[in-house]
Amino acid sequence: MPTLTLAVNGNIVTREVTSSTLLVQFLRDQLGLTGTHVGCDSTQCGACTVHLNGDAIKSCTALALSCDGGKVTTIEGLAQNGKLHPMQEAFRANHGLQCGYCTPGFVMAAVKIAERLGPNADEETLREEMDGNLCRCTGYQNIVKSIRAGAKAMLENEARDEISSSPQGLTDPDARVCNDAPQTQEQSAERKAQVDVFIENSRGS
Amino acid sequence: MYPFDYHRAGNVADTLTLRASLADARFLAGGMSLLPMMKLRFASTPNIIDLRDCEELRGIEASYEVVRIGAMTRHVDVAASADVQAAIPALAKLAAGIGDPMVRARGTMGGSIANFDPAACYPAACLALGATIQTTGGDIEADEFFIGVFETALKDGELVTGAEFPIPDAAAYAKFRHPASRFALVGVFVARFGELVRVAVTGASRSGAFRWAAAEDALTESFSIRSLEGLKMDHSEMNGDIHGDNEYRAHLVEVMTRRAVLETLESAPAA
Ligand SMILES: Cc1cc2nc3c(=O)[nH]c(=O)nc-3n(C[C@H](O)[C@H](O)[C@H](O)COP(=O)(O)OP(=O)(O)OC[C@H]3O[C@@H](n4cnc5c(N)ncnc54)[C@H](O)[C@@H]3O)c2cc1C
Ligand code: FES
Ligand code: FES
Repeated sequence: MPTLTLAVNGNIVTREVTSSTLLVQFLRDQLGLTGTHVGCDSTQCGACTVHLNGDAIKSCTALALSCDGGKVTTIEGLAQNGKLHPMQEAFRANHGLQCGYCTPGFVMAAVKIAERLGPNADEETLREEMDGNLCRCTGYQNIVKSIRAGAKAMLENEARDEISSSPQGLTDPDARVCNDAPQTQEQSAERKAQVDVFIENSRGS
Repeated sequence: MYPFDYHRAGNVADTLTLRASLADARFLAGGMSLLPMMKLRFASTPNIIDLRDCEELRGIEASYEVVRIGAMTRHVDVAASADVQAAIPALAKLAAGIGDPMVRARGTMGGSIANFDPAACYPAACLALGATIQTTGGDIEADEFFIGVFETALKDGELVTGAEFPIPDAAAYAKFRHPASRFALVGVFVARFGELVRVAVTGASRSGAFRWAAAEDALTESFSIRSLEGLKMDHSEMNGDIHGDNEYRAHLVEVMTRRAVLETLESAPAA
């Protein structure tokens, strides 16, 4: 079987996969990161949204092997040191979810929307930008509100850099299969450096 | 998906060698059309050849006369390109209106034209702008490239490497989006080169994007929406489905053509 190496939420993982394994299947079934959801079969609902090399993408429509050498951030990778990402916090505070099925995808897409447009995008623009995510519960009102609030908080929180570049999710039970997770701060720093080198190298090839 | 083997090579030359070594294979670009079709088992192949490492297929260059877009250039990159925005703003807008942000972060220009979905946006731009499609077999004019639904002049194993879009004096793309999929229920691309006007329609016809000759003649005669008065699109050739019957689509073609002409006039008043 072919081998796949990915930096997932800061942890470098190498696994055997079949050619037809989708990124979402790899994340959920092989790594046990079940926060990324699957809501459709037609690349339309966005429940599976993750970040790949800095872009929000639909992980149900990418072959895992196509992402080889890449850097993936899932919803499990957003919170840091037990503290929710500002966008997660905004969804919580603004009741941007009901059943929560679509929420991981919305949050991952929203982080990128906020990075692109900042906190002052008007409602129409935000609704356009959410085109690739479907929610069957909320009616979107509170999601728009959440993204606005989250974008504002992210700006205020600039210091909290692109989440995926530092190792986290380490104590997250969902990340348990990334069992090479560093245990100490030193190990974390070392791992971060490794990830950077890894990303740098894989870009060149 | 039916099982297949995954392959990739580091550049175009090696990709072609790899392709030649396999009896049956399909190229994978952004996967935004191929993978959904494979997931639904509408499409299958014993071998996938991923183009992701063919760096030479990415990029945008603009001269005074043409904008060249590499096949593996993603929709998001075309939409954000200052060169495309300056030279052919209608093309940047078209790319920005494809699908959603996640689709635009993966889907490519080359994939869109090689696929020739009857509701895809790029084929309309290629036809209206008179683009030259560049392939590993040579250059093909857009008018000769698009043959029928999901059918192009590409031969087995031939790669699209890019497309050259002549820069018009003014152009606009008016798209009536399918409310769920965001594909074009009907999309009309109008381009004016001096007096000469080209009009291409996507989404509407049973045989994919096409040029609307009668509208081109009328608009070349005089570039105004008045020229379109009384001009009817023949609905017998139009696609009809649950989302809109053929008469509705024919009507939409007329409406979207007027909108595209108005937008073209707003962007640059006729000489
Ligand atoms: C939810 C959703 C909404 C969408 N909305 C729109 C829309 O509004 N308008 C629109 O136009 N499109 C839309 N699309 C389709 C999208 O634009 C795709 O990106 C595009 O049609 C295919 O490009 P790709 O790079 O993903 O190609 P792939 O899916 O990877 O490939 C498509 C086909 O082209 C072949 N191919 C790819 N690249 C090459 C090449 N360089 N040379 C030869 N053959 C090649 C492949 O073998 C395959 O047969 C949408 C897709 C989705 C999932
Ligand atoms: S599960 Fe990926 S878009 Fe619906
Ligand atoms: S909260 Fe239930 S689908 Fe969005």
